[in-house]
Amino acid sequence: MPMFLEYFNLGAAFFIIVCMVLMLGRLLGGPTLYDRLLAVNSFGTKTIIFLCIFCFIINRPDGLDIALLYALMNFIATIAVLKFFNYRCLGVPLIKEQMEVEE
Amino acid sequence: MRHAFLLSLVMGTTWLVLSGYFIGMILTFGLISIVFVVWMTKRLAILDDETVPYLNIAKTCKYYFWLFIEIVKANIQVVKAVISPNSEISPTLIKIPLRSNIDIAQTMFANSITLTPGTVSVDVKEDHILVHALLKEMSNPEDFYEMHTRSAEALSISLKDN
Amino acid sequence: MIISTLSAVILDSNIGWAGLLQVSLSCITIALGLFFVLAGSIGVLRFPDFYTRLHAAGMTDTLGAELILIGLIIQSGFTQTSLKLLMIGFFLLLTSPTATHAIAHSAYTANLKPKLGKHSFSKTRGGRS
Repeated sequence: MPMFLEYFNLGAAFFIIVCMVLMLGRLLGGPTLYDRLLAVNSFGTKTIIFLCIFCFIINRPDGLDIALLYALMNFIATIAVLKFFNYRCLGVPLIKEQMEVEE
Repeated sequence: MRHAFLLSLVMGTTWLVLSGYFIGMILTFGLISIVFVVWMTKRLAILDDETVPYLNIAKTCKYYFWLFIEIVKANIQVVKAVISPNSEISPTLIKIPLRSNIDIAQTMFANSITLTPGTVSVDVKEDHILVHALLKEMSNPEDFYEMHTRSAEALSISLKDN
Repeated sequence: MIISTLSAVILDSNIGWAGLLQVSLSCITIALGLFFVLAGSIGVLRFPDFYTRLHAAGMTDTLGAELILIGLIIQSGFTQTSLKLLMIGFFLLLTSPTATHAIAHSAYTANLKPKLGKHSFSKTRGGRS
Protein backbone atom coordinates (compact mmCIF):
# COMPACT_ATOMS: atom_id res chain seq x y z
CA MET A 1 0.00 0.00 0.00
CA PRO A 2 1.34 3.46 -0.81
CA MET A 3 2.65 5.51 2.10
CA PHE A 4 0.26 8.37 1.48
CA LEU A 5 -2.85 6.21 1.97
CA GLU A 6 -1.61 5.06 5.36
CA TYR A 7 -1.35 8.64 6.60
CA PHE A 8 -4.70 9.46 5.04
CA ASN A 9 -6.38 6.55 6.81
CA LEU A 10 -4.76 7.56 10.09
CA GLY A 11 -6.13 11.09 9.68
CA ALA A 12 -9.58 9.74 8.85
CA ALA A 13 -9.55 7.59 11.99
CA PHE A 14 -8.66 10.61 14.15
CA PHE A 15 -11.42 12.59 12.46
CA ILE A 16 -13.94 9.89 13.35
CA ILE A 17 -12.71 9.96 16.96
CA VAL A 18 -13.33 13.73 17.07
CA CYS A 19 -16.88 13.13 15.81
CA MET A 20 -17.37 10.47 18.49
CA VAL A 21 -16.28 12.95 21.18
CA LEU A 22 -18.81 15.47 19.81
CA MET A 23 -21.47 12.79 20.06
CA LEU A 24 -20.49 12.20 23.70
CA GLY A 25 -21.60 15.77 24.39
CA ARG A 26 -25.14 14.94 23.33
CA LEU A 27 -24.94 11.65 25.23
CA LEU A 28 -24.09 13.40 28.50
CA GLY A 29 -26.25 16.50 28.03
CA GLY A 30 -29.33 15.12 26.32
CA PRO A 31 -32.49 16.24 28.10
CA THR A 32 -34.55 13.12 27.43
CA LEU A 33 -33.82 9.42 27.36
CA TYR A 34 -34.44 9.32 23.61
CA ASP A 35 -31.75 11.90 22.93
CA ARG A 36 -29.25 9.75 24.76
CA LEU A 37 -30.40 6.64 22.94
CA LEU A 38 -30.04 8.41 19.61
CA ALA A 39 -26.54 9.47 20.60
CA VAL A 40 -25.64 5.88 21.54
CA ASN A 41 -26.94 4.59 18.22
CA SER A 42 -25.03 7.21 16.26
CA PHE A 43 -21.92 6.54 18.35
CA GLY A 44 -22.20 2.88 17.41
CA THR A 45 -22.38 3.68 13.71
CA LYS A 46 -19.24 5.78 14.03
CA THR A 47 -17.54 2.94 15.90
CA ILE A 48 -18.29 0.61 12.98
CA ILE A 49 -16.72 3.06 10.53
CA PHE A 50 -13.74 3.49 12.85
CA LEU A 51 -13.21 -0.26 13.07
CA CYS A 52 -13.33 -0.57 9.26
CA ILE A 53 -10.70 2.13 8.85
CA PHE A 54 -8.61 0.69 11.69
CA CYS A 55 -8.47 -2.69 9.92
CA PHE A 56 -7.00 -0.93 6.91
CA ILE A 57 -4.44 0.88 9.08
CA ILE A 58 -3.11 -2.26 10.76
CA ASN A 59 -3.52 -4.11 7.43
CA ARG A 60 -5.44 -7.05 8.86
CA PRO A 61 -8.79 -7.48 7.12
CA ASP A 62 -9.94 -10.14 9.61
CA GLY A 63 -11.06 -7.33 11.89
CA LEU A 64 -13.97 -6.55 9.58
CA ASP A 65 -15.81 -9.46 11.16
CA ILE A 66 -15.73 -7.53 14.42
CA ALA A 67 -17.22 -4.51 12.64
CA LEU A 68 -20.02 -6.66 11.25
CA LEU A 69 -20.64 -8.09 14.71
CA TYR A 70 -20.67 -4.58 16.16
CA ALA A 71 -23.30 -3.52 13.62
CA LEU A 72 -25.51 -6.40 14.75
CA MET A 73 -24.91 -5.69 18.44
CA ASN A 74 -25.61 -1.98 18.01
CA PHE A 75 -28.98 -2.61 16.39
CA ILE A 76 -30.04 -5.25 18.88
CA ALA A 77 -28.90 -3.17 21.88
CA THR A 78 -30.92 -0.15 20.72
CA ILE A 79 -34.06 -2.20 20.22
CA ALA A 80 -33.59 -4.01 23.55
CA VAL A 81 -33.17 -0.81 25.58
CA LEU A 82 -36.20 0.76 23.87
CA LYS A 83 -38.32 -2.28 24.58
CA PHE A 84 -37.21 -2.36 28.19
CA PHE A 85 -38.13 1.26 28.75
CA ASN A 86 -41.41 0.92 26.85
CA TYR A 87 -42.83 -1.95 28.83
CA ARG A 88 -41.39 -1.58 32.35
CA CYS A 89 -40.44 1.99 33.01
CA LEU A 90 -39.07 1.33 36.53
CA GLY A 91 -41.65 3.70 38.02
CA VAL A 92 -39.69 6.69 36.82
CA PRO A 93 -41.20 9.07 34.30
CA LEU A 94 -39.09 9.20 31.19
CA ILE A 95 -39.81 12.76 30.10
CA LYS A 96 -40.05 15.98 32.06
CA GLU A 97 -43.41 17.05 30.59
CA GLN A 98 -44.96 13.76 31.58
CA MET A 99 -43.76 14.31 35.15
CA GLU A 100 -45.31 17.76 35.27
CA VAL A 101 -48.66 16.42 34.01
CA GLU A 102 -48.70 13.76 36.67
CA GLU A 103 -47.86 16.15 39.43
CA MET B 1 -38.90 -26.02 -2.98
CA ARG B 2 -38.08 -22.69 -4.64
CA HIS B 3 -37.97 -21.10 -1.19
CA ALA B 4 -35.53 -23.70 0.12
CA PHE B 5 -33.29 -23.31 -2.92
CA LEU B 6 -33.21 -19.50 -2.66
CA LEU B 7 -32.60 -19.58 1.09
CA SER B 8 -29.69 -21.99 0.74
CA LEU B 9 -28.28 -19.91 -2.12
CA VAL B 10 -28.29 -16.76 0.04
CA MET B 11 -26.80 -18.57 3.03
CA GLY B 12 -24.14 -20.24 0.88
CA THR B 13 -23.05 -16.89 -0.51
CA THR B 14 -22.88 -15.46 3.01
CA TRP B 15 -20.78 -18.40 4.18
CA LEU B 16 -18.32 -18.08 1.30
CA VAL B 17 -17.98 -14.31 1.76
CA LEU B 18 -17.44 -14.53 5.50
CA SER B 19 -15.09 -17.53 5.63
CA GLY B 20 -13.01 -17.06 2.47
CA TYR B 21 -11.48 -20.55 2.73
CA PHE B 22 -12.06 -23.08 -0.01
CA ILE B 23 -10.82 -26.16 1.86
CA GLY B 24 -12.86 -29.34 1.73
CA MET B 25 -13.49 -29.55 5.47
CA ILE B 26 -14.72 -25.95 5.87
CA LEU B 27 -17.00 -26.29 2.84
CA THR B 28 -18.43 -29.49 4.31
CA PHE B 29 -19.17 -27.68 7.58
CA GLY B 30 -20.92 -24.96 5.59
CA LEU B 31 -23.01 -27.49 3.70
CA ILE B 32 -24.03 -29.20 6.96
CA SER B 33 -25.02 -25.85 8.52
CA ILE B 34 -27.08 -24.83 5.49
CA VAL B 35 -28.95 -28.11 5.37
CA PHE B 36 -29.58 -27.92 9.13
CA VAL B 37 -30.93 -24.35 8.94
CA VAL B 38 -33.19 -25.12 5.99
CA TRP B 39 -34.51 -28.19 7.82
CA MET B 40 -35.18 -26.13 10.96
CA THR B 41 -36.94 -23.44 8.92
CA LYS B 42 -39.15 -26.06 7.32
CA ARG B 43 -39.91 -27.61 10.70
CA LEU B 44 -40.89 -24.20 12.09
CA ALA B 45 -43.24 -23.82 9.07
CA ILE B 46 -41.91 -20.37 8.21
CA LEU B 47 -40.48 -21.32 4.83
CA ASP B 48 -42.79 -19.06 2.83
CA ASP B 49 -42.95 -15.75 0.98
CA GLU B 50 -42.39 -13.81 4.19
CA THR B 51 -39.04 -15.39 5.03
CA VAL B 52 -37.82 -15.57 1.44
CA PRO B 53 -39.50 -12.67 -0.36
CA TYR B 54 -39.40 -12.81 -4.12
CA LEU B 55 -37.62 -9.66 -5.33
CA ASN B 56 -37.02 -8.76 -8.93
CA ILE B 57 -33.34 -7.87 -8.67
CA ALA B 58 -33.21 -5.55 -11.69
CA LYS B 59 -36.28 -3.59 -10.60
CA THR B 60 -35.07 -3.38 -6.97
CA CYS B 61 -31.64 -2.13 -8.04
CA LYS B 62 -33.29 0.47 -10.28
CA TYR B 63 -35.42 1.64 -7.38
CA TYR B 64 -32.49 1.84 -4.97
CA PHE B 65 -30.48 3.79 -7.55
CA TRP B 66 -33.32 6.32 -7.77
CA LEU B 67 -33.54 6.40 -3.97
CA PHE B 68 -29.78 7.02 -3.71
CA ILE B 69 -30.11 10.14 -5.85
CA GLU B 70 -33.00 11.33 -3.68
CA ILE B 71 -30.88 10.68 -0.57
CA VAL B 72 -28.03 12.76 -1.96
CA LYS B 73 -30.38 15.66 -2.76
CA ALA B 74 -31.97 15.55 0.70
CA ASN B 75 -28.54 15.31 2.35
CA ILE B 76 -27.39 18.51 0.71
CA GLN B 77 -30.49 20.32 1.99
CA VAL B 78 -29.98 19.06 5.54
CA VAL B 79 -26.26 19.93 5.47
CA LYS B 80 -27.18 23.47 4.46
CA ALA B 81 -29.59 23.69 7.40
CA VAL B 82 -26.94 22.38 9.80
CA ILE B 83 -23.97 24.45 8.72
CA SER B 84 -25.38 27.89 7.93
CA PRO B 85 -25.38 30.08 11.06
CA ASN B 86 -28.80 31.27 12.24
CA SER B 87 -30.54 28.95 9.82
CA GLU B 88 -34.29 28.62 9.94
CA ILE B 89 -35.96 25.27 10.17
CA SER B 90 -39.68 24.56 9.85
CA PRO B 91 -40.51 21.11 11.24
CA THR B 92 -43.85 19.72 10.11
CA LEU B 93 -45.91 16.65 10.87
CA ILE B 94 -47.83 15.32 7.88
CA LYS B 95 -50.07 12.31 7.30
CA ILE B 96 -49.26 10.36 4.15
CA PRO B 97 -52.05 8.00 3.01
CA LEU B 98 -51.04 4.40 2.41
CA ARG B 99 -52.39 2.88 -0.78
CA SER B 100 -51.66 -0.74 -0.04
CA ASN B 101 -52.22 -3.06 2.89
CA ILE B 102 -49.54 -5.59 1.96
CA ASP B 103 -46.85 -5.70 4.64
CA ILE B 104 -43.76 -5.59 2.48
CA ALA B 105 -44.99 -2.62 0.43
CA GLN B 106 -45.68 -0.67 3.63
CA THR B 107 -42.32 -1.64 5.12
CA MET B 108 -40.37 -0.65 2.01
CA PHE B 109 -42.19 2.69 1.79
CA ALA B 110 -41.67 3.54 5.48
CA ASN B 111 -38.02 2.43 5.27
CA SER B 112 -37.42 4.63 2.25
CA ILE B 113 -38.97 7.62 4.02
CA THR B 114 -36.74 7.12 7.05
CA LEU B 115 -33.66 6.48 4.92
CA THR B 116 -34.06 9.88 3.27
CA PRO B 117 -32.58 12.41 5.71
CA GLY B 118 -35.01 15.17 6.56
CA THR B 119 -38.03 12.89 6.76
CA VAL B 120 -38.67 10.31 9.48
CA SER B 121 -41.69 8.04 9.65
CA VAL B 122 -42.89 8.43 13.22
CA ASP B 123 -45.99 6.27 13.29
CA VAL B 124 -47.40 3.64 10.93
CA LYS B 125 -51.15 3.03 11.11
CA GLU B 126 -53.58 1.03 9.00
CA ASP B 127 -54.15 3.65 6.35
CA HIS B 128 -51.56 6.36 6.83
CA ILE B 129 -47.98 7.08 7.88
CA LEU B 130 -47.20 10.00 10.16
CA VAL B 131 -44.10 11.70 8.83
CA HIS B 132 -41.95 14.29 10.58
CA ALA B 133 -40.15 16.54 8.11
CA LEU B 134 -37.31 18.90 8.95
CA LEU B 135 -38.15 21.55 6.35
CA LYS B 136 -41.51 22.61 5.00
CA GLU B 137 -40.50 22.02 1.40
CA MET B 138 -39.59 18.40 2.17
CA SER B 139 -43.17 17.59 3.22
CA ASN B 140 -44.57 17.79 -0.28
CA PRO B 141 -47.25 15.06 -0.72
CA GLU B 142 -46.50 14.64 -4.43
CA ASP B 143 -42.93 13.50 -3.67
CA PHE B 144 -44.21 10.87 -1.26
CA TYR B 145 -46.80 9.82 -3.85
CA GLU B 146 -44.03 9.26 -6.39
CA MET B 147 -41.89 7.37 -3.87
CA HIS B 148 -44.79 5.11 -2.95
CA THR B 149 -45.53 4.39 -6.61
CA ARG B 150 -41.92 3.58 -7.39
CA SER B 151 -41.39 1.37 -4.33
CA ALA B 152 -44.52 -0.62 -5.21
CA GLU B 153 -43.33 -0.90 -8.79
CA ALA B 154 -40.05 -2.41 -7.57
CA LEU B 155 -42.01 -5.10 -5.71
CA SER B 156 -44.48 -5.60 -8.60
CA ILE B 157 -47.46 -4.69 -6.41
CA SER B 158 -50.36 -2.70 -7.78
CA LEU B 159 -51.65 0.21 -5.69
CA LYS B 160 -55.14 1.47 -5.04
CA ASP B 161 -55.89 4.96 -6.29
CA ASN B 162 -57.59 7.42 -4.03
CA MET C 1 6.29 10.59 -17.27
CA ILE C 2 5.20 13.51 -15.10
CA ILE C 3 2.55 11.40 -13.49
CA SER C 4 4.99 8.64 -12.64
CA THR C 5 7.47 11.06 -11.05
CA LEU C 6 4.62 12.78 -9.20
CA SER C 7 3.34 9.48 -7.90
CA ALA C 8 6.86 8.44 -6.99
CA VAL C 9 7.36 11.61 -4.96
CA ILE C 10 3.94 11.83 -3.28
CA LEU C 11 2.98 8.20 -2.95
CA ASP C 12 6.47 6.80 -2.28
CA SER C 13 6.04 3.99 -4.79
CA ASN C 14 5.77 3.73 -8.54
CA ILE C 15 2.15 3.15 -9.42
CA GLY C 16 0.67 3.79 -12.82
CA TRP C 17 -2.35 5.68 -14.04
CA ALA C 18 -4.80 3.14 -12.65
CA GLY C 19 -3.21 3.19 -9.21
CA LEU C 20 -3.20 6.97 -9.02
CA LEU C 21 -6.84 7.08 -10.12
CA GLN C 22 -7.76 4.46 -7.51
CA VAL C 23 -5.96 6.29 -4.69
CA SER C 24 -7.34 9.73 -5.55
CA LEU C 25 -10.90 8.43 -6.06
CA SER C 26 -10.89 6.63 -2.73
CA CYS C 27 -9.42 9.66 -0.95
CA ILE C 28 -12.08 11.98 -2.39
CA THR C 29 -14.90 9.60 -1.47
CA ILE C 30 -13.63 9.09 2.09
CA ALA C 31 -13.15 12.84 2.56
CA LEU C 32 -16.73 13.51 1.42
CA GLY C 33 -18.00 10.84 3.78
CA LEU C 34 -16.02 12.35 6.67
CA PHE C 35 -17.57 15.73 5.89
CA PHE C 36 -21.07 14.25 6.13
CA VAL C 37 -20.21 12.45 9.38
CA LEU C 38 -18.92 15.70 10.92
CA ALA C 39 -22.01 17.60 9.70
CA GLY C 40 -24.23 14.95 11.27
CA SER C 41 -22.41 15.20 14.61
CA ILE C 42 -22.64 18.99 14.63
CA GLY C 43 -26.31 18.74 13.70
CA VAL C 44 -27.03 16.41 16.61
CA LEU C 45 -25.38 18.94 18.93
CA ARG C 46 -26.98 22.03 17.40
CA PHE C 47 -30.58 21.21 16.58
CA PRO C 48 -33.14 22.38 19.12
CA ASP C 49 -35.37 19.41 19.78
CA PHE C 50 -35.35 15.62 19.64
CA TYR C 51 -37.17 15.06 16.35
CA THR C 52 -34.92 17.42 14.43
CA ARG C 53 -31.86 15.72 15.87
CA LEU C 54 -33.09 12.46 14.36
CA HIS C 55 -32.62 13.93 10.89
CA ALA C 56 -29.01 14.88 11.58
CA ALA C 57 -28.26 11.40 12.90
CA GLY C 58 -29.87 9.89 9.80
CA MET C 59 -27.47 11.88 7.65
CA THR C 60 -24.49 10.24 9.37
CA ASP C 61 -26.05 6.81 9.03
CA THR C 62 -26.81 6.96 5.33
CA LEU C 63 -24.48 9.03 3.20
CA GLY C 64 -21.58 9.43 5.66
CA ALA C 65 -21.10 5.75 6.45
CA GLU C 66 -21.88 4.55 2.94
CA LEU C 67 -19.43 6.95 1.28
CA ILE C 68 -16.62 5.95 3.64
CA LEU C 69 -17.33 2.26 3.04
CA ILE C 70 -17.38 2.84 -0.74
CA GLY C 71 -14.04 4.64 -0.45
CA LEU C 72 -12.56 1.69 1.45
CA ILE C 73 -13.95 -0.70 -1.18
CA ILE C 74 -12.20 1.30 -3.91
CA GLN C 75 -9.02 1.24 -1.82
CA SER C 76 -9.01 -2.54 -1.40
CA GLY C 77 -9.93 -3.50 -4.95
CA PHE C 78 -11.95 -6.63 -5.64
CA THR C 79 -11.08 -9.01 -2.83
CA GLN C 80 -12.83 -10.77 0.03
CA THR C 81 -12.35 -7.60 2.09
CA SER C 82 -14.42 -5.52 -0.30
CA LEU C 83 -17.20 -8.12 -0.25
CA LYS C 84 -17.23 -7.95 3.56
CA LEU C 85 -17.35 -4.15 3.45
CA LEU C 86 -20.25 -4.39 1.00
CA MET C 87 -22.02 -6.66 3.47
CA ILE C 88 -21.49 -4.19 6.32
CA GLY C 89 -22.84 -1.38 4.12
CA PHE C 90 -25.89 -3.41 3.16
CA PHE C 91 -26.53 -4.25 6.80
CA LEU C 92 -26.24 -0.59 7.87
CA LEU C 93 -28.64 0.40 5.09
CA LEU C 94 -31.11 -2.18 6.38
CA THR C 95 -30.90 -1.60 10.13
CA SER C 96 -30.33 2.13 10.59
CA PRO C 97 -33.81 3.23 9.37
CA THR C 98 -35.37 0.54 11.54
CA ALA C 99 -33.54 1.74 14.64
CA THR C 100 -34.37 5.38 13.86
CA HIS C 101 -38.03 4.55 13.37
CA ALA C 102 -38.08 2.55 16.62
CA ILE C 103 -36.63 5.45 18.61
CA ALA C 104 -38.96 7.99 16.97
CA HIS C 105 -42.01 5.79 17.47
CA SER C 106 -41.37 5.12 21.13
CA ALA C 107 -40.71 8.82 21.74
CA TYR C 108 -44.00 9.60 20.02
CA THR C 109 -45.96 7.05 22.03
CA ALA C 110 -44.38 8.44 25.22
CA ASN C 111 -46.00 11.82 24.40
CA LEU C 112 -42.85 13.70 23.54
CA LYS C 113 -44.30 16.58 21.59
CA PRO C 114 -42.38 17.85 18.55
CA LYS C 115 -41.73 21.56 18.30
CA LEU C 116 -43.50 22.57 15.11
CA GLY C 117 -43.63 25.69 12.99
CA LYS C 118 -40.97 27.90 11.48
CA HIS C 119 -38.23 28.99 13.87
CA SER C 120 -34.55 29.74 13.83
CA PHE C 121 -31.94 28.58 16.31
CA SER C 122 -28.87 30.35 17.54
CA LYS C 123 -25.27 29.20 17.25
CA THR C 124 -25.15 28.04 20.87
CA ARG C 125 -25.59 24.42 21.73
CA GLY C 126 -29.17 23.19 21.30
CA GLY C 127 -31.07 24.27 24.37
CA ARG C 128 -32.94 21.97 26.65
CA SER C 129 -36.45 21.43 25.38
